[in-house]
Amino acid sequence: MSAGDDNHHNDDHDHDHQHANSRPLSDPELRVKALESVLVDKGLIDPAAMDALIENYETRVGPHNGAQVVAHAWSDQQYRQRLLEDGTKAIAELGFSGMEGEDMVVVENSATVHNVLVCTLCSCYPWPTLGLPPVWYKSAPYRSRVISEPRKVLKEFGLKIGDDVEVRVWDSTAELRYMVLPERPPGTDGMSEEQLAALVTRDAMIGVSLIPAPKI
Amino acid sequence: MNGIHDLGGMHGFGPVDAEADEPVFHHDWEKRVFALLVPLSAAAPFCVDEFRHAIERMVPASYLQTTYFEHWLHGFEMLALEKGVVTTEELRNGHAAAGSKPGTPSVLASAVEKITTTGRSARVDAEVKAKFKEGDMVVVKNINPPTHTRMPRYVRDKLGCIDRDHGVFVLPDSAAHGKGDKPQHCYSVYFSAQELWGTKVSRNDSVYVDMWDDYLVPA
Repeated sequence: MSAGDDNHHNDDHDHDHQHANSRPLSDPELRVKALESVLVDKGLIDPAAMDALIENYETRVGPHNGAQVVAHAWSDQQYRQRLLEDGTKAIAELGFSGMEGEDMVVVENSATVHNVLVCTLCSCYPWPTLGLPPVWYKSAPYRSRVISEPRKVLKEFGLKIGDDVEVRVWDSTAELRYMVLPERPPGTDGMSEEQLAALVTRDAMIGVSLIPAPKI
Repeated sequence: MNGIHDLGGMHGFGPVDAEADEPVFHHDWEKRVFALLVPLSAAAPFCVDEFRHAIERMVPASYLQTTYFEHWLHGFEMLALEKGVVTTEELRNGHAAAGSKPGTPSVLASAVEKITTTGRSARVDAEVKAKFKEGDMVVVKNINPPTHTRMPRYVRDKLGCIDRDHGVFVLPDSAAHGKGDKPQHCYSVYFSAQELWGTKVSRNDSVYVDMWDDYLVPA
């Protein structure tokens, strides 16, 4: 099994609680339970704070936030300009800020440039706008290959980039967090921001896919 | 350090396996690991650079055989032990040793919203002179520190160009080892794909890497 593969083909996929009494606990289950218990025993952590953190990143924070940023940029040229000049500030205008998005840079796709994001050294990712990263983004295959053979990796995602287009790979080695502003698809004139946001995908904001024209 | 975490350009890991409609977490234990980051980094305490370095110090074979949240768990255990917040005996027993002094949680549930929406920027509000400006040609130093660095191996000794100056930031190479912030300019540096990977790759393509003044010399 390759590195970073989170055993996501297992039967117990997201249903640990249902099996908790019928099978032995796994190594990481035992270890995190022990660590949490010791820290709670010592009064150093508040389990309710942990619950609040989980809830926050399972519900409030996610790619639906980034989709609003993109839809707004598509609808308002001045906002698009502000977003490209100072990503942090412009994203905060829509209410998104904070952990793993303190300093944001937005890079724009066009007919001649295609941007794609990676963190080869760990798995840095813009949480406030995109949520927590998917397993493949954190995996060894993606981190090792997209930097040196981006066109092949993009093809595996079903995205063929023309030879005349420049592929720019952004390796987030510092505390800047990147987000791709995808191209607005054709056939979306007159759509509301809400309708546009519904078209925007997480993968397009990472740069491993484009946003197709809506089906009529 | 030239660790196993520095994956850029390596071969042999196979195709990217993207799961459709992936949940935020795949197991309940992953949620508990994730949720330790904020409270433990305040209780231990440690900075993000120390956390990354703890993961980089994993045994390489073990790093490749375990998942992302197992890496985090390893980092938390290592830092909690090194900072003297827990003992190996306590982790084995799953409860605090008798007579250990009761502490106070640094992070309460009521503070979570503010903490997550504010974060902690690594930007430093200090007047530091930039060594380079947009358009300057630079060469990445060829250094191989056994300590923490955010300079990936694939850019060492390569020719690049300053694309933009992000401003003044904490230097991880220093902060990860408790040696202070050593604030300095951090830039996005452009490299042509051919400079990094040879003439068989597209001459149109490029790679942008964020790097600090300490990593670069004038070309």
